Amino acid sequence: MKAFTTLTSIVAPLDRANVDTDAIIPKQFLKSIRRTGFGVYLFDEWRYLDQGQPDMDCTNRPINKDFVLNKPQYKNAQILLTRENFGCGSSREHAPWALEDYGFRAIIAPSFADIFYNNCFKNGLLPIALDAEIVDGLFKELTDDYALTIDLSAQTITTPSGEKIAFNVDENRRFRLLNGLDDIGLTLQHADKIHAYEAERAKRAPWLFR
Amino acid sequence: MAGKTLYDKLWDDHVVHTEDDGSCLIYIDRHLVHEVTSPQAFDGLRLAGRKPWRVARNLAVADHNVPTNHRDRGITDPVSRLQVETLDKNCAEFGITEFGMSDIRQGIVHVIGPEQGATLPGMTVVCGDSHTSTHGASGALAFGIGTSEVEHTLATQCLVQKKAKNLLINVNGEIGKGVTAKDIVLAIIGEIGTAGGTGYTIEFGGSAIRALSMEGRMTVCNMAIEAGARAGLVAVDDVTIDYYRNRPLSPKGDDWFIAERAWQNLHSDKDAVFDKVINIDATKIKPQVTWGTSPELVVAIDDIVPNPANEADAVKAQSMQRALDYMGLQAGQKITDIQIDKVFIGSCTNSRIEDLRAAAVVVEGKKVAANVKQALIVPGSGLIKQQAESEGLDKIFIEAGFEWRDAGCSMCLAMNADRLEEGERCASTSNRNFEGRQGYGGRTHLVSPAMAAAAGIAGHFVDVSAWTGE
Repeated sequence: MKAFTTLTSIVAPLDRANVDTDAIIPKQFLKSIRRTGFGVYLFDEWRYLDQGQPDMDCTNRPINKDFVLNKPQYKNAQILLTRENFGCGSSREHAPWALEDYGFRAIIAPSFADIFYNNCFKNGLLPIALDAEIVDGLFKELTDDYALTIDLSAQTITTPSGEKIAFNVDENRRFRLLNGLDDIGLTLQHADKIHAYEAERAKRAPWLFR
Repeated sequence: MAGKTLYDKLWDDHVVHTEDDGSCLIYIDRHLVHEVTSPQAFDGLRLAGRKPWRVARNLAVADHNVPTNHRDRGITDPVSRLQVETLDKNCAEFGITEFGMSDIRQGIVHVIGPEQGATLPGMTVVCGDSHTSTHGASGALAFGIGTSEVEHTLATQCLVQKKAKNLLINVNGEIGKGVTAKDIVLAIIGEIGTAGGTGYTIEFGGSAIRALSMEGRMTVCNMAIEAGARAGLVAVDDVTIDYYRNRPLSPKGDDWFIAERAWQNLHSDKDAVFDKVINIDATKIKPQVTWGTSPELVVAIDDIVPNPANEADAVKAQSMQRALDYMGLQAGQKITDIQIDKVFIGSCTNSRIEDLRAAAVVVEGKKVAANVKQALIVPGSGLIKQQAESEGLDKIFIEAGFEWRDAGCSMCLAMNADRLEEGERCASTSNRNFEGRQGYGGRTHLVSPAMAAAAGIAGHFVDVSAWTGE
């Protein structure tokens, strides 16, 4: 996993609430058995005017010029600004895979759906939840070349005017993301505890261990 | 000290290790695996040279991509076929039990778990699928996970989790005629919104929940995720215990008696403290129909399509207008005036035997309306299909003009060949009405099985509680 320390990038505004993971990456692309290559299909039904198919070459597809990510000024945006309950619905990790593969590294919203939020941290993607008023302020302040600087270690966002906005990420998640650590390796350091738990549990719930 | 909630008890029972920041290593008793969210996890195991920690705790089935007719011809779509074959290969390589496409036990992962007794009261249950919340109906802590966590569960039989808060939703009173578990949960989502349960585990309680069968409780817990909660729970009672007696993987002999005694404690203590309590009056719930592109955009059958102009919150009003445009509806239109093109009765929400019986009662002796192009019945498992056929339900459906299919996720998310065409409108017993969910440009109205069946016969939505079929 890519580590996340600091990031300075322009911001793409997706002014919608309840953006679900079906919208982030439609189901036909979930048939892939790979973990990469989802970026070109990110927001497929909003981004293109035709119907996307798995493994389709997207270079000549008709694009929806009104969709925010198709506007040239947001081409290199690595920060997505959006509204509440982002990532609701299906647990598909293809959603953060698609966002990350497209080039996003951070998402700012008033709230995130729990499973999506959790999945982001497994993929070097930083979801930042801020008060709805602050997010609303960012939407209003945003201009074409509006850039934010995110510092995960300090847990701050710096606006173009130099204002610092504090955010909060659990210590454990922050540590893993800052260092790009493999979760499984860390858990296996507790292998003795897992064995001990199983031995004790087998006494209480023997039917689970037959 | 205050008593514990059911969620507290289940959580405490599975903590292996606690980190300084309060996150815990939680032991997972049952891991269900399907073809869509597992291939990359198995690849991860291979790359790292890891093996499943406790292989017998995994159970796999292909459900999302499988065809629901002409099974003997295999899967036509090569991309879908590769995904199902990849699951077969991975299960064979790692020694995981899988119910193959021709196995009578094959079905939707959240239907076969309880049906087989693979998911039991008191367990922690995970699956790379958000509707894993279904299994909470049996007093199990069950939640959906992403593919990285699928790999983590395979490798360690544990997950790193932070405990959620406790939300109790009490549904009290007797539900009216024609009102079902589906209407209860849609009414709850309409009340609290799709983010109302975010950060919580929801325990569903109250006399209306107690009165539900296990199937009905599964329908309610299934859609906890649509209210934003990863997990939904119902306390264990005699209904639960009776359901699990003699399931193929239920405890046997003396084990059953030990288990039964342990499961009796799976309820919130009388003095348990919840972070939040919501009370819902069951007597006021009418059959529900969603009109928009989020499950919270729902009204009662005798209502009208709401007007975004009456919504004070600008972001909400904008979402409502977008939903109206996508759904091709006008504010003020009567729900009963909405004509449909297709009917889908199935999915992990509503494909159990009780659901099929409820639909059969409505359609018996009648015909699907002329404007309805297709009406599908997709049982949740091969065993449910068999049971329904032994009761003659298949004949009732076929005579009425419904198609009687094989088990799978089918048109709930249209990963197989069953889907809506652009602009088509569907009365669906599934769980999500998102844009494009049932097919590119398709329009979904979420309803109960009886309501979907009645809409299929009438050609438009009707109030099944007052409907005579004329």
